[in-house]
Amino acid sequence: MSTWQAHLPALVVLAPLLAAPLSLLGRGTRWPWLVVSAAAWLSLAASVLLLRQVLDDGPLRYFVGGWEPPWGIELAVDPLNALLLVLVTLLASVTLVYAGTSVAREIGHARAPLFYAVLSLLVTGLLGIAVTGDAFNVFVFLEISSLATYTLIAMGRDRRALTASFQYLIMGTIGATFYLIGIGFLYAMTGTLNMADLAERLPELNHTRTVRTAFAFIVTGICLKLAVFPLHLWLPNAYSFAPSTVSVLVAATSTKVALYLLIRMLFTVFGVQFAFVHEPTGNILVALALVGILSCSLVAIGQRDIKRLLAYSSVAQIGYMVLGIGMVSVTGLTAALLHMFNHALIKGALFMALGAVAYQLRGTGREQMAGLARRMPWTFWAFVLGGLSLVGVPLTVGFISKWYLILAAIEQGWWPVVAVIVVASLLALVYIGRVVQSGWFDEPPPGKPEEAPLAMLLPMWALVLANIYFGIDARLTVGVAERAAAMLFALSP
Amino acid sequence: MSLVTLGTAAISPELAIQLALALPLLGALLIALAGRWPNLREAVTLLTACGLFALVVRVLLALLDGVPPRVELVEMLPGLALVLHTEPLSILFALLASGLWIVTSVYSIGYMRGNEENRQTRFYVCFAIALCGAMGVAFAANLLTLFVFYEVLTLSTWPLVTHKGDQAAERGGRTYLLVLMSTSIGLLLPAILWTYAVAGTTDFRAGGILAGQIGPIAATLLLLLYLFGVGKAAVMPVHRWLPAAMVAPTPVSALLHAVAVVKAGVFTLAKVVIYVFGTGFLAQVPAASVAIYLAGFTVVAASVVALRQQNLKRLLAYSTIAQLGYVVMATMALTAYAEIGAAMHMVAHAFGKITLFFCAGAIYVAARKTELGQLDGIARRMPWTMTAFAIGALTMIGVPPTGGFVSKWLIVAGAFQRESWFMLAVLVISTALNAAYFLPIVFRAFLLPERSPPPREHGEAPWPMVAALSLTALLSLLLFFFNQPLLALAYALVGGRP
Repeated sequence: MSTWQAHLPALVVLAPLLAAPLSLLGRGTRWPWLVVSAAAWLSLAASVLLLRQVLDDGPLRYFVGGWEPPWGIELAVDPLNALLLVLVTLLASVTLVYAGTSVAREIGHARAPLFYAVLSLLVTGLLGIAVTGDAFNVFVFLEISSLATYTLIAMGRDRRALTASFQYLIMGTIGATFYLIGIGFLYAMTGTLNMADLAERLPELNHTRTVRTAFAFIVTGICLKLAVFPLHLWLPNAYSFAPSTVSVLVAATSTKVALYLLIRMLFTVFGVQFAFVHEPTGNILVALALVGILSCSLVAIGQRDIKRLLAYSSVAQIGYMVLGIGMVSVTGLTAALLHMFNHALIKGALFMALGAVAYQLRGTGREQMAGLARRMPWTFWAFVLGGLSLVGVPLTVGFISKWYLILAAIEQGWWPVVAVIVVASLLALVYIGRVVQSGWFDEPPPGKPEEAPLAMLLPMWALVLANIYFGIDARLTVGVAERAAAMLFALSP
Repeated sequence: MSLVTLGTAAISPELAIQLALALPLLGALLIALAGRWPNLREAVTLLTACGLFALVVRVLLALLDGVPPRVELVEMLPGLALVLHTEPLSILFALLASGLWIVTSVYSIGYMRGNEENRQTRFYVCFAIALCGAMGVAFAANLLTLFVFYEVLTLSTWPLVTHKGDQAAERGGRTYLLVLMSTSIGLLLPAILWTYAVAGTTDFRAGGILAGQIGPIAATLLLLLYLFGVGKAAVMPVHRWLPAAMVAPTPVSALLHAVAVVKAGVFTLAKVVIYVFGTGFLAQVPAASVAIYLAGFTVVAASVVALRQQNLKRLLAYSTIAQLGYVVMATMALTAYAEIGAAMHMVAHAFGKITLFFCAGAIYVAARKTELGQLDGIARRMPWTMTAFAIGALTMIGVPPTGGFVSKWLIVAGAFQRESWFMLAVLVISTALNAAYFLPIVFRAFLLPERSPPPREHGEAPWPMVAALSLTALLSLLLFFFNQPLLALAYALVGGRP
């Protein structure tokens, strides 16, 4: 292996980190956009190389600055987070293509450099969480990404964006603090912050009250960031009032990274034995997931703002992923990881379509959707296909997710869970169907708005086509997810 | 002859079966491109339909030669691929759908132009995509492939059902999509996954894949999941989508909601019974009896409802539900004659019902009449149409010399083989009911005088429509006299003449 390839794990994070201050050097929207985009694409290339490397040669470890743990920080890449790195960088890159047009109008020229800088920091934080093998380092990156998100949401046009941002700030800070408290307890007990070392030392200390308390704090803290029902209340506001670009990126990636962190903590650090046998985590997660799936799908039906509708749908979809984890089986975990990837593609496409609607029609309410098929046909059809994927129609990624999730539930013999999954799919059919129906049948208001600009349509359709491609040939995604799931169970202490 | 040999040599069966899916899609694309020139557009539709039929015939020839093609399209999930194959039942369905598409295309041209419908390009595009779905269902070699194309068929027909774009179409479209999708996602998909979890495969295999893998109670539940999950077979209470679909233009009701879509439903059930459960295994569990009662109830109940309809197309829809019940009931009887009867009834009903819908459309285009009460004496103005209608009605009742007699005869034989008095009773009662709702229409049209002169003078509908409905009526008659080739195919289904 040549030397530069050995540094790929660091490069993934460094590129967007360095792009952030660089983007502030220029004026106007073009320079920061270029810098941040270039960094994102570079990161994507590095992530793809990493994924290939990990799939071929097995997990790899990288010591930052050459300092070995326990003194230095370790970056550890295995199939699980390599997939996540690809996902985050891919979505970030595609979203940035889309951002060029949308930011100019929504944020304005004056604040654009700041916007791009913070966006790049958000990506840095997300990638950092994914790539690091150090529990405290996770917290640092968690804060970077969270602070960036609060800022970005607050840049929304609507004044309610400020309250949404504040609400998220409070909830997010509680979550991060909980996480930090847990890590502190673990450090007190084991004397290490390195995840691999923690995993080695924790089994002996499993019975202690401190470790159990730490476990409770950490899981709850992550669940707050992940917006698991009933800790999701910040999410609908945050998604609906954020600028379009931010909605796309945050909806597609942030919760996925939190999900990854939950999996990493449960399976790698604490271990299946402790997390699911000693503690009733599985049952709690399944129960919360089921309630969340049903209630949020129902709430989504009644929403008047389509962005908000999709936000509630996201909480329900997070329920699917948490459900997969709670099953504690290889198939269930595969389903969770698959849906993590697939849902990012689905929601990315859908939020991009809504962003285009907001760009042209200055809003995302039901009145804007009326007659959309005739006003903005390309955007409308992207929404339809993304919606079908959300429902889980064959030949889309949503179907692949559903296939594995139902299969996992049948393997466990959990028939009521199967029923919940299919009922929620039908609820998705209802809430997507109502929007599509209005776009198809209703008379558009007078005036003749044009289709969104090509720079928005291209990334939107790239994601729509990815939805279809990975729905027809899912060997890659399923293969990686299966390997990652099998690995997590095999290596779990 | 030389042309046939040439074509057979040039196109291998493997290629033909793939092209059978690709050609309708290509046709859809070309239709969309030719949208501005209606004559060119219709020519593309007709050529695509004829080409598709030729391809299906090519596959048929390969099957008769004993070398049925089997093609893997794409590996969707690790170890689970989209695969195409053919066997007697599948080729029967494919021939039916593709052959009648030609006739329907001719008819559509008359109907859509005679009616001056809007958005005709979209109509023909969706029609072609729906045919792709039907071919995929016909040639599916495993449950996954079948499910994929089953959903393609559902989604591609939704714009056709809602073609008019008014309030009624919106309502009808909602019911259509909700019932079909909730059954397929809610029941059929779990059933398929259950099958996969138990058997480790979703392939259609002679003798089934479930024998010995699943207990009697579970098998019964699974069969019920399939029975109601395949909403397109319209077993009560999941039949509501079919009357709702009648808001569609008549060519859609004719080809899709009398042939392609509904036959895709009963075809799926037959595939599941024969190639997933296996008739031998199913005979040992109580599952099939339960299904027979449900289907029998559907037959009688739908016939009673049909008796009370005043709208011609709605009456035909309920009649379709009853006739689908025959096929389901015969499939579930599991005896050799009943299976053959089920296959033959798919054909006989298709010819008869498409004729009846063609007639309903012709009456609408020529006279703007949709209700039974308006049909007094109409046969004098539209003799060809109403004669064809009478033939279609006779085949529904099962009177010789029509194809409906042949299939009903076989189903009755199957009922005797099973010694199921319930089935026999259902057959007798429903035949009486069929006669009770179809014969008065014929009587009214031919023998009663016109009540009042129509608001506008009219004769027959445009000639493409009359030609199409005469042809399908003729096919209904021919099926009585020349049914040997089809029967031979159906015999192959149960492994030879019983």
